[in-house]
Amino acid sequence: MMESDLSPQDKKDLDKFIKFFALKTVQVIVQARLGEKICTRSSSSPTGSDWFNLAIKDIPEVTHEAKKALAGQLPGIGRSMCVEISLKTSEGDSMELETWCLEMNEKCDKDIKVSYTVYNRLSLLLKSLLAITRVTPAYKLSRKQGHDYVILYRIYFGEVQLAGLGEGFQTVRVGIVGTPTGTITLSCAYRTNLAFMSTRQFERAAPIMGIIIDHFVERPFGNVGHMHPCNYRAPGEEEGGAFAGVEDSQEVCTTSFSTSPPSQLYTSRLSYQPPALGAAELCHPGTCTAAHPHQMVAPGKEGGVPQVPMQPCHGAQADHGHVSSCPTGDATHHIPATPPSSGEDAEALSRSSEVKSTSPSDPLDATFTRKVGAFVNKPTTQVTTAGLDLPFAAFAPRAYELEENDPMVHPPDSPATSSPLQGSLHSQASSDNGGQTQEDFVMVDFKPAFSKDDLLPMDLGTFYREFQNPPQLASLSIDVSTQSMAEDLDSLPEKLAIYEKNIDEFDAFVDTLQ
Amino acid sequence: MNCRSEVLEVSVEGRQVDEAMLALLHTILLHRSTGKFHYKKEGTYSIGTVGTQDIDCDFIDFTFVRVSSDELDRVIRKAVAEFKDALNITGSDGMGQISLEFYQKKKSRWPFSDECIPWEVWTIKVNVVNLANEQERQICREKVGEKLGEKVINVVEVINRHEYLPKMPTQSEVDNVFDTSLKDVQPYLYKITYQITDSLGTSVSTTMRRLIKDTLAL
Repeated sequence: MMESDLSPQDKKDLDKFIKFFALKTVQVIVQARLGEKICTRSSSSPTGSDWFNLAIKDIPEVTHEAKKALAGQLPGIGRSMCVEISLKTSEGDSMELETWCLEMNEKCDKDIKVSYTVYNRLSLLLKSLLAITRVTPAYKLSRKQGHDYVILYRIYFGEVQLAGLGEGFQTVRVGIVGTPTGTITLSCAYRTNLAFMSTRQFERAAPIMGIIIDHFVERPFGNVGHMHPCNYRAPGEEEGGAFAGVEDSQEVCTTSFSTSPPSQLYTSRLSYQPPALGAAELCHPGTCTAAHPHQMVAPGKEGGVPQVPMQPCHGAQADHGHVSSCPTGDATHHIPATPPSSGEDAEALSRSSEVKSTSPSDPLDATFTRKVGAFVNKPTTQVTTAGLDLPFAAFAPRAYELEENDPMVHPPDSPATSSPLQGSLHSQASSDNGGQTQEDFVMVDFKPAFSKDDLLPMDLGTFYREFQNPPQLASLSIDVSTQSMAEDLDSLPEKLAIYEKNIDEFDAFVDTLQ
Repeated sequence: MNCRSEVLEVSVEGRQVDEAMLALLHTILLHRSTGKFHYKKEGTYSIGTVGTQDIDCDFIDFTFVRVSSDELDRVIRKAVAEFKDALNITGSDGMGQISLEFYQKKKSRWPFSDECIPWEVWTIKVNVVNLANEQERQICREKVGEKLGEKVINVVEVINRHEYLPKMPTQSEVDNVFDTSLKDVQPYLYKITYQITDSLGTSVSTTMRRLIKDTLAL
């Protein structure tokens, strides 16, 4: 690609535009999957800091992640920036929903004016992105996240990976903008097959599991990117200053038509409720470095932590960071932003604080094998929860104790029901769990959505499980069905004789009805 | 100059008409509005910021994005409400179309009035269906939501072809290209018109809005 025609100033401007376009693209996509409606205000006076003349807030953690993924490079030919959106259930299963790709191809438009036309077209492309992010299937799913599942994002740079989207995925092109150094294209590939498949990721990623418990630890597995929840919590003060790298996002978007001074982008906060119960304390202070932000927890759409005592999510997937409103989330995360009054939440949090105090700094000590995981064979290693930072780690041993008696682990001989995982994503949260009896699935701790552990432990769950597999009806039993028709017909004359004898009784009965 | 014309067709239930029209019109206007221009002495100008807002539809499983401008929203809602009333009144089969036309004004010498030259026209054809029961309505909610999603993708596709757009005007010309009457955003000059089709398929009434206002506002 010949860049000799581009003046140095134009080249510099173009690079800056592409960089901020990439950052804004990520913001738009992640914010569209937060599960909340986005609203920003128009301002007739230019502030000079709103890139592309659009009011798109910058969530610092998201910017940080994007910059980390870009690592100082720009999207270019063969170097695409991708945002992968996936869904993770409370049981820890996950599924990729869509991948947004910002790519560059070789087709150059030499005559286009960088500082004017390219800038305006990039602005138009962002508007299109705003519109299209509300149209793909993942939008509706993300609006309903909270109790049963959460939406996570992952940013990576390099080759586009679409294999996780399943068969028959669709692609929608958001738009293209030609520049003198290549054509920028923005598109989205989204999954159409939402039947929930067992990913078996737990087995494969077992060694990584131990690390994910505390996602502050540097990953030894380089390319396994972070998954972050698409939730946002207004970062507390201790995180506010942590983003040295974010300062250049305050860079003025100098264009030929905007000259006002920049605003303080990194102090802008979305109007989310701050975590009410001192969430900051749950971060391990020692490991809470600048890299934290993906610990954002925010209210799920229903505003906070679900009441459900979910199964402890023992380290979900390696790739997946915190699960926000899923109470089985990892370490720091379970923070109800506005906890609906629930004794359980306080209990959970007090448990998590207590877990934290035991051994905060080295979660890798936990000898831990995934126990809950719908798709692994029953593990034999004992779980030590001391080293786990799970907010509901206290539930883990309790569940484990019950395992021997747990009919879910030793399923009774009953007809196999269809795997709940084949159902749609929206399907009833835990209620599906009770139905499965396939050997591969070890659902240890069935905690139905509407029972509280502290009041009546497992009663409702036991009840539910027992009545899930009712005995066969007697009339359908094999004895009856083999009774032959001939026998029936033979007994008929006798029966008729009896009825004729009692005919007066029948008539009297009929009269009473009249 | 050729005016490009795009047609979008939707079939909706009576109570979905308003939201379907708002969704599509706002999606188009989102792309055809900029921030307010502020001209400076040197002949350069700066552009204000456009905010956006997610709007959930009540009768359709759909969310659309519009510019954050209550004024603009009021104008569009008023036009859509008139269109809907017209659809109801004429006792037609419930077919009609609403057009959003973007135009430029070209000053003519007296005694001729300024010409309005359209450069882009979006026509949304509506077919109102009647549904018998709640189950059908529920299905319709979802289907219309999907359809609107497809239409939004169509709109974005057309807009991203980057075909003709009026040149950015100088300060004296800005009112020939943009609607500068709003406080917070600046859409290109536009007008909304509608037509109701009666059961014979002929056009019964045409209402011109804004054209008259613009012409009189010379």
